Amino acid sequence: MVKVLESEAPARRVALDLPLVRIPDRGPQREHALPSSERVIRAEQLTIRYGTFAAVREVTLDIPSHRVTAIIGPSGCGKSTLLRAMNRMNDFVPSASVAGKLFFRGEDIYRPGFDPVELRRRIGMVFQKPNPFPKSIAKNVSWGAAINGYQGNLDDLVERALHQAALWDEVKDKLDDNAYTLSGGQQQRLCIARAIALQPEVLLMDEPCSALDPIATARIEDLIDQLKAQYTVVLVTHNMQQAARVSDRTAFMYMGELIEVDDTTVIFTKPTQKKTQDYITGRFG
Amino acid sequence: MTGATAVSSSLFMPRVQRRRRSGRAFELLCMLLSLFGLAFLAVLIGRVLWEGASWISVKFLTNFPSQMFPENAGIKSALWGTIWLMAITTLTAVPIGVAAAVYLEEYAPRNRLTKLIHFNITNLAGVPSIVYGILGLAVFVRWFRLDRSVLSGGLILCLLVLPVVTIASREALLAVPKSIREAAYALGATRWQTVRWHVLPAALPGIMTGIILAVSRAIGEAAPLIIIGAVTYVAFVPTGPLDYFTALPIQIYAWTDASQPEFHHLAAAGIIVLLGILLPMNAVAVAVRASQQRKKLW
Repeated sequence: MVKVLESEAPARRVALDLPLVRIPDRGPQREHALPSSERVIRAEQLTIRYGTFAAVREVTLDIPSHRVTAIIGPSGCGKSTLLRAMNRMNDFVPSASVAGKLFFRGEDIYRPGFDPVELRRRIGMVFQKPNPFPKSIAKNVSWGAAINGYQGNLDDLVERALHQAALWDEVKDKLDDNAYTLSGGQQQRLCIARAIALQPEVLLMDEPCSALDPIATARIEDLIDQLKAQYTVVLVTHNMQQAARVSDRTAFMYMGELIEVDDTTVIFTKPTQKKTQDYITGRFG
Repeated sequence: MTGATAVSSSLFMPRVQRRRRSGRAFELLCMLLSLFGLAFLAVLIGRVLWEGASWISVKFLTNFPSQMFPENAGIKSALWGTIWLMAITTLTAVPIGVAAAVYLEEYAPRNRLTKLIHFNITNLAGVPSIVYGILGLAVFVRWFRLDRSVLSGGLILCLLVLPVVTIASREALLAVPKSIREAAYALGATRWQTVRWHVLPAALPGIMTGIILAVSRAIGEAAPLIIIGAVTYVAFVPTGPLDYFTALPIQIYAWTDASQPEFHHLAAAGIIVLLGILLPMNAVAVAVRASQQRKKLW
């Protein structure tokens, strides 16, 4: 009891609601598998453990091409872990282990001998907290391309990427300034520019707005909407309104399990699972 | 509302005055104790300056030591010996120490073996310098047959400061936020590219500070050099790493031991020169650290 009182408010609500929602009441699920031509990433019975704790449990999920897929769920439900598996960023967590399969364009990225370095050029990532390099704005954008042996003109690439990230007009006169002179929202758009400078096929976004104010958030959301024309976007968010606003498909995770995935309008209007309904109506989380 | 306030305030006995007084007493105690240390330092430096300042001259810096004529004695060989030692120590300890830190922090798996290594490096930093002298005598002087050369001395000092350099470098690397590494990896950078372009540059000021402090520790060491038999009265400047040598702390020690009181003044003058090298080094370290903190961006 004392523990519950000491913990953060949202966690307490989850803890108190636990008896209500723990029963895995799985009703009839719709068939969610996409035709293989439409999916870029497919997780198949994917389980990710930290030590013995399974953060993601037997998740099977398709990520459609040129759509925004949102992964929602309460804190600790495994949505970030799942996202970070998609470009193998979990490799840097020493205790993490993976079972099951995770396909990128039909290739299992967790098969022995697979090199994640090339994968990460093709699957970009934007993090929760803006994390530009403590270098110039231009260098932030060009560095990734340079180390990946980009053959074109780096200055053009910087301009193009900053345009795409809707940041060019704000920074075009100070490309040599340190990236940390920018505001938080600008830094996050710089991080997006840095990721798309590599012309990735997929953009993974891990709660990209959680450190930003509402105006900066709105700009990033607009940007995400534009980006899906060229990229496949996977967006982890615990902001349900954001998922509803920007995503085409929504996956709801709870305690490591994928409870439901469907078109966003369906998830938010006619979810088939009780837990999904409880979550989106704010009964927990 | 008023009633509630009255009831709850009667449950407290703030004794604000008393709490303030005990706080003030503790503050005073801390101040006195720190002044005590400072006063001691002031007395020491004052005494040294009083004894030695008038003995410092160009001649003192450019003459070789003399056993007979204190007025002609100088520290030329000791000064050059110290410069040689510092060069050898820095050139060996910095690459090895930084490489060890980079390996342990960026590459090595976190397992029992690396934990043991960390633990031992920390312990090695506390090993008395004379122990390194004995080790150096056995390994460098006798086994490697480097004799009592300035190379032997420099390598011993290298061993002595290696743990310090490694620990300082590790801490500097540890202070580079994980998010910078993640940013680089997520762009398809290899581990080496990440370390080379982002981690090391960000950690460099911290590493530099560690190196300067380590070298300034080595510069004052006499014990391990005396163990290997570094000679006191050297009337030549080392021209190569295998030459015999003396160093400032050894020269100072020898003069302190001499019977004629004039030599004690020479020792004081030598201490002033040693401090004259040390203080700017430490000042640079402090400046580097301060500028790093000012520029801290994350």
